[in-house]
Amino acid sequence: MRYSGLKVIAEGLFGNKGWTPAWRNPSPKSEYDVIIIGGGGHGLATAYYLAKNHGITNVAVLEKGYLGSGNIGRNTTIVRANYFLPGNSEFYSHSLKLWEGLESDLNYNVMHSQRGLINLFHSDGQRDAFVRRGNAMINQGDDAILLDRDGVREHLPYLDFDNTRFPIYGGLLHPRGGSARHDAVAWGYARGADRRGVDLIQNCEVTGIDIEGGVVRGVQTTRGAIRAKKVGIVVAGRSSQVAAMAGMRLPIESHVLQAFVTEGLKPVINHVISFGMGHFYISQSDKGGLVFGGDLDFYASYASRGNLPMVEHVMEAGMTLMPMIGRAKVLRSWGGIMDMSPDGSPVIDKTHVEGLFIDCGWNYGGFKAVPASGWCMAHLMATGEPHEVAAKFRLDRFATGHLLDEEGTGSQHNLH
Amino acid sequence: MRLTCPLCGDRDRREFYYYGAEDYLHRPPEGAPLADWDNYLHLRDNPAGVTKDLWYHEAGCAQWLVVTRNTVTHEISGVELVAERKA
Repeated sequence: MRYSGLKVIAEGLFGNKGWTPAWRNPSPKSEYDVIIIGGGGHGLATAYYLAKNHGITNVAVLEKGYLGSGNIGRNTTIVRANYFLPGNSEFYSHSLKLWEGLESDLNYNVMHSQRGLINLFHSDGQRDAFVRRGNAMINQGDDAILLDRDGVREHLPYLDFDNTRFPIYGGLLHPRGGSARHDAVAWGYARGADRRGVDLIQNCEVTGIDIEGGVVRGVQTTRGAIRAKKVGIVVAGRSSQVAAMAGMRLPIESHVLQAFVTEGLKPVINHVISFGMGHFYISQSDKGGLVFGGDLDFYASYASRGNLPMVEHVMEAGMTLMPMIGRAKVLRSWGGIMDMSPDGSPVIDKTHVEGLFIDCGWNYGGFKAVPASGWCMAHLMATGEPHEVAAKFRLDRFATGHLLDEEGTGSQHNLH
Repeated sequence: MRLTCPLCGDRDRREFYYYGAEDYLHRPPEGAPLADWDNYLHLRDNPAGVTKDLWYHEAGCAQWLVVTRNTVTHEISGVELVAERKA
């Protein structure tokens, strides 16, 4: 069924009885050309682009829970292309372009809103760094505008500009940055993949990966063995566990990242604002809740819940930046499990097993990457060659020293 | 989360600095093959369950600690001094 405004009106007139499920609920077949392990944003996008770009439709996505039940279902929904390093810059630029055409491509409203992202700076040195970053973004073909203090005030009059520790000197505006509806991205890709013949198999946990003579043959699951010519591991948050089934030890350490949502408020924050010095960022959802977060809890964890010190830190940073939010009540918080890599950048690569591929290590930036990650993982799995915008996301780059260290802090697990 | 430092007793998480997995205690000898260094510096078991990792009691006795804990429940089952392990 194709969705349209006319369809909504017609259904409204006749009791909404004509809607059908957005995807089938098939049982697994005994064999597929390609199996994607993981029915989150990246896995569903991979399946969608395998079908759409490469005509590979005999594909199953295996999800241990329900579709979109991991980080794609709970995140702070920021979409941006403000990276600096060659390797990251072209990848996120490609992703943002895909975002801009995503709704018409998927025939699904993902509520992509290019409301503008503003990164604040608080010193002359930081301004220089942001000028450099802005120039890198412009060189990549994306947009960046340097705002002085008055320029920021025009956009964000409610900030505490004269804060003693972090007075606001200005900001880097990325007008094409913004946010999107997280669940809808998963649902849109799921529906698009299903419509092209991909089997989305839920409640199907992979328990083993079958390898014979260095070649992948399929997977063992809680719903039986399934054979496949190619298998993709796309399970950020649980990458180490699934990769271990293929005898791999990954350059990944899992950490909790918390985020918070307030009660619904009238529109007050029109942009995505990041306050890097306070490790704080905030936007307002279309429902009205203020959505904000901070830094990692900073020790390896799969607990899916946060610790108090970071809750306090985030609240303090928010109050420092914009005292007006002190009147809002926090409705809920959550902790997502991040695949943290030593240099803070992801992996889309082959493995030592023929036919087995991996897409992991998204750190705390996986949401905006969903379209390009799916696009590039599908390209890699279909052609056997890395896509040109993801060619530097190699699994072996830590051993060889070809790092993608955007922050310039070093190749060490606890530094990103 | 609280850790019981062998020297200082039960203390809040804020007093400690997390360094990383216990792998850091197993430094390869000089001249070891590259793969050993990759294992030591980058590759991790990263278990969802019981793990051992290194913490530094920064705001206390300044001792390095090996903490045995569960990464899913945050239950702490042991804290020992790195200094005593090596002795």
